[in-house]
Amino acid sequence: MLNLVATQMMTLLAESGGSLFFPEANSTVAGTVDNLFDLIFWISAFFFVLIVAVMAWFVFKYHRRPGHTEQPSASHNNALEITWSIVPGLILLVIFWQGFTGYMNIRQAPDDAYEIQVLGETWNWSFTYPNGHIDNNLHIPVDRPVRLVMQSKDVIHSMFIPAFRTKMDVVPGRYTEMWFQAQRPTGEGIDLTGHQPHDLFCAEYCGDGHSTMNKKVYVHPPGEFEAWLVDAGNLLEKYPPAEAGEKLFASRGCKQCHAVVEADLGRTMNGPPLLSGGLAQPRGGFGTAQQVSSGRGAAPETITIDENYIRESIRAPNAKVRVGFKAVMPVFGSERLSDEEITAIIAYIKSLK
Amino acid sequence: MATTTTRDAFSAADEPHHLGEHYLNCSHGIGSWIFTLDHKRIGVMYLVSVFASFFLGGIFALILRLELFFPEQWFLSERDYNHMFTLHGAVMTFLFIIPSIPAAMGNFILPIMLGQKDVAFPRMNLASYYLWVFGAVFFLVALLTSGLDTGWTFYTPYSSTTSESSVIAATMGAFILGFSSIFTGLNFIVTINTMRPPGMTWFKMPLFLWSLYATSIIQVLATPVLGITLLLLIAERTLGIGIFDPENGGDPVLFQHFFWFYSHPAVYIMILPAMGIISEIMSVFSRKPIFGYRFIAYSSIAIALLSFLVWGHHMFVSGQSAMSAVIFSGLTFSVSIPSAIKVFNWLATMYKGNISLNTPMCYALSFLFLFAIGGLTGLFLGALAVDVHLHDTYFIVAHFHYVMMGGTLIAFVGGLHYWWPKMFGVMYNETYARLCCLLVFIGFNLTFFPQFVMGLRGMPRRYARYVPEYEIFHQISTVGALILGFAMVGVVIVLIYSLFRGRKAPDNPWGAATLEWQCTSPPPHHNFEQVPHAGPPYDLKAFKYDSSIGGYVPDPKARRAGATDH
Repeated sequence: MLNLVATQMMTLLAESGGSLFFPEANSTVAGTVDNLFDLIFWISAFFFVLIVAVMAWFVFKYHRRPGHTEQPSASHNNALEITWSIVPGLILLVIFWQGFTGYMNIRQAPDDAYEIQVLGETWNWSFTYPNGHIDNNLHIPVDRPVRLVMQSKDVIHSMFIPAFRTKMDVVPGRYTEMWFQAQRPTGEGIDLTGHQPHDLFCAEYCGDGHSTMNKKVYVHPPGEFEAWLVDAGNLLEKYPPAEAGEKLFASRGCKQCHAVVEADLGRTMNGPPLLSGGLAQPRGGFGTAQQVSSGRGAAPETITIDENYIRESIRAPNAKVRVGFKAVMPVFGSERLSDEEITAIIAYIKSLK
Repeated sequence: MATTTTRDAFSAADEPHHLGEHYLNCSHGIGSWIFTLDHKRIGVMYLVSVFASFFLGGIFALILRLELFFPEQWFLSERDYNHMFTLHGAVMTFLFIIPSIPAAMGNFILPIMLGQKDVAFPRMNLASYYLWVFGAVFFLVALLTSGLDTGWTFYTPYSSTTSESSVIAATMGAFILGFSSIFTGLNFIVTINTMRPPGMTWFKMPLFLWSLYATSIIQVLATPVLGITLLLLIAERTLGIGIFDPENGGDPVLFQHFFWFYSHPAVYIMILPAMGIISEIMSVFSRKPIFGYRFIAYSSIAIALLSFLVWGHHMFVSGQSAMSAVIFSGLTFSVSIPSAIKVFNWLATMYKGNISLNTPMCYALSFLFLFAIGGLTGLFLGALAVDVHLHDTYFIVAHFHYVMMGGTLIAFVGGLHYWWPKMFGVMYNETYARLCCLLVFIGFNLTFFPQFVMGLRGMPRRYARYVPEYEIFHQISTVGALILGFAMVGVVIVLIYSLFRGRKAPDNPWGAATLEWQCTSPPPHHNFEQVPHAGPPYDLKAFKYDSSIGGYVPDPKARRAGATDH
């Protein structure tokens, strides 16, 4: 059993490329954070060992046994007590100062940072690039400061990228920002198969889908980021509709809540699956008849999933909600999904069996 | 002077009682319990109630840990998982850990430690219990029937808008529970201020009383803020007044400020009385007066006051300004110094002592170990640059479980074993009790230590599903939680068994010098015939072991010498 645990740990460490404590570090501030962590760790380890060793030694030396009695000793000693108040106090000052200066580096973005707009919503991230392309994974160039300007559409979320050692809440009604500069690419190739991307998590509890509101961070080698951006921004021109629809379906976060492969049918998801084959009732594929409700208390009606129903469900998701699901889907106006893009997505949904 | 002082202190115990009559058997019937004004019976009712809450919260925790054994769904949907962690956090915080030591142990021990018949306001004391019961029922019904999934923190705007569940009913429950807490705190403050026995100056109070006093100050000053916050939340939900919800021009971060203005001091409502218990146990079981009495007493008050100034460290990544983050970080470090002082003083108390490893001392040593880890890991979180990475990860979860559970719960159980002979007049089986203590210690570390590592590696908290790289840490943690759960059941079985089969407890089994050990075990209905004169609380030399009764008795030689370390 212990062997198994040890083996698994070793494999894990070998694969993740971090130390026992830390995940992989890939940002300019990560080194500072890890160093400060190590400093506090050794100070804590020293005091912890000291406390436990003294405790164990006293228990060993003075434990109750025949012939042993307590010996008189001072019940207070001001010099000693002031010492052990002031010495830790000085150490704390050092830790505070280092934490403070490191924090200012984490928080203050350089002026020439590349800017990406971020929208958090239940339960998806959207990254809008300067050319208007929207993606729900984060793509950034290596060796260049990147600034995220973040807002939330509904509740509080929190952007957390462990490999960059940074995190910031995304609060409705205001902009928050964070920045980082990656030091190594995560791989090569604009088709992304050659990448081993970093994790990106939502760290502030936001409801049912909180733990699935995680995405990937792709750090592109020099030159590749621009190429990727051009490619990703021209999906409709470069690919047939169903294929472009599939890419949009993934990059705009639809996949988060709607099952499109058999394997996902077993999971509890927040939206109805979109497969049409097999049992009609639990699925919501194109052409199937489904029960919908137009609000709380309204009697369910039966409709057929057609082009107009899908369009309506994207533009005004709460107008007709499938029975058995909550009205939680965000609204996608024309600024987020154009009519052409919806057409491509419909073509993709039609292609699902 | 010392001679008369000490003799007076014992005279009450020498008075004849009606043979074998005590608070448990002086009256009978259910009415004699539910209408009782006796602080001891109220304490026992609190004890049973908070332990029931603890086991309820513990079952929720085990369900969570089992679900987390695998990265993908096992038996809980995401919604059920979120409901379950809300139940766990809310029950443990509001129903168990806040009332645990002050309301259960404090109620029983405080008046006897003061040599009094009861607290200053016995009716208010009973009212506080019924407020607790009423609040708890309200709270549990709301939580269990509605699928509340806001977390125990009720963060807006999630709690004010999207969550369909009955946030209003649940916050009403927490609001009522808050009044129970205020009543208890007020009662203790007045009792300690006005009813100290002759001979007990402020600096001759047992340290447990100092810690309860500091706790009560926080309860009375901070809890109203929680009440106001919860009322505002209700107003936001029902009337849409636009104070927290950005849709109506409100500020969701304001809620966090209000919430932590209460909830951070509340952390010290949880830990201060635990520190008080450890001070008592360390001294008594080392047979030494507590080292640096004044520093410990002052540090309790310092912690209580500083606790009001550090709430912003819950919000380092919330979007508050960098300036306020820096100020709060600095203040946060200052609160760690009084805690460090206490730890060093407890260690120094053991020096040249005569240390017995009875069950309460085993828990106290276990507390020192776990609280040291809990306290030291707080340094990482106070340091701004490191906190940005660790915030809202399992590192935090591990940290506060080491403090709240490794600290407060362990001290509570240790205190329960310490005062059990006094409360129920029986001794438990030392071997089994110590075995359970060891199992709790092992299970606890196995559960929570891996959580530090996975948090550092980036595992966010409140996740029903996780990426597979964290699987091994979750699995170790779940195994630990099961051991911990069984060990806690063992603790309760050993104690309950002693009620039926335990050896009769002597009046003073541990040789402590505080007043509660000078009445019979269990105490008579009125504790003392007349208010005794209090001697120095840690004058342990005045007692010697008498093997014929298996407990300690006043040592005439020591009394004649009048020698104390003070």
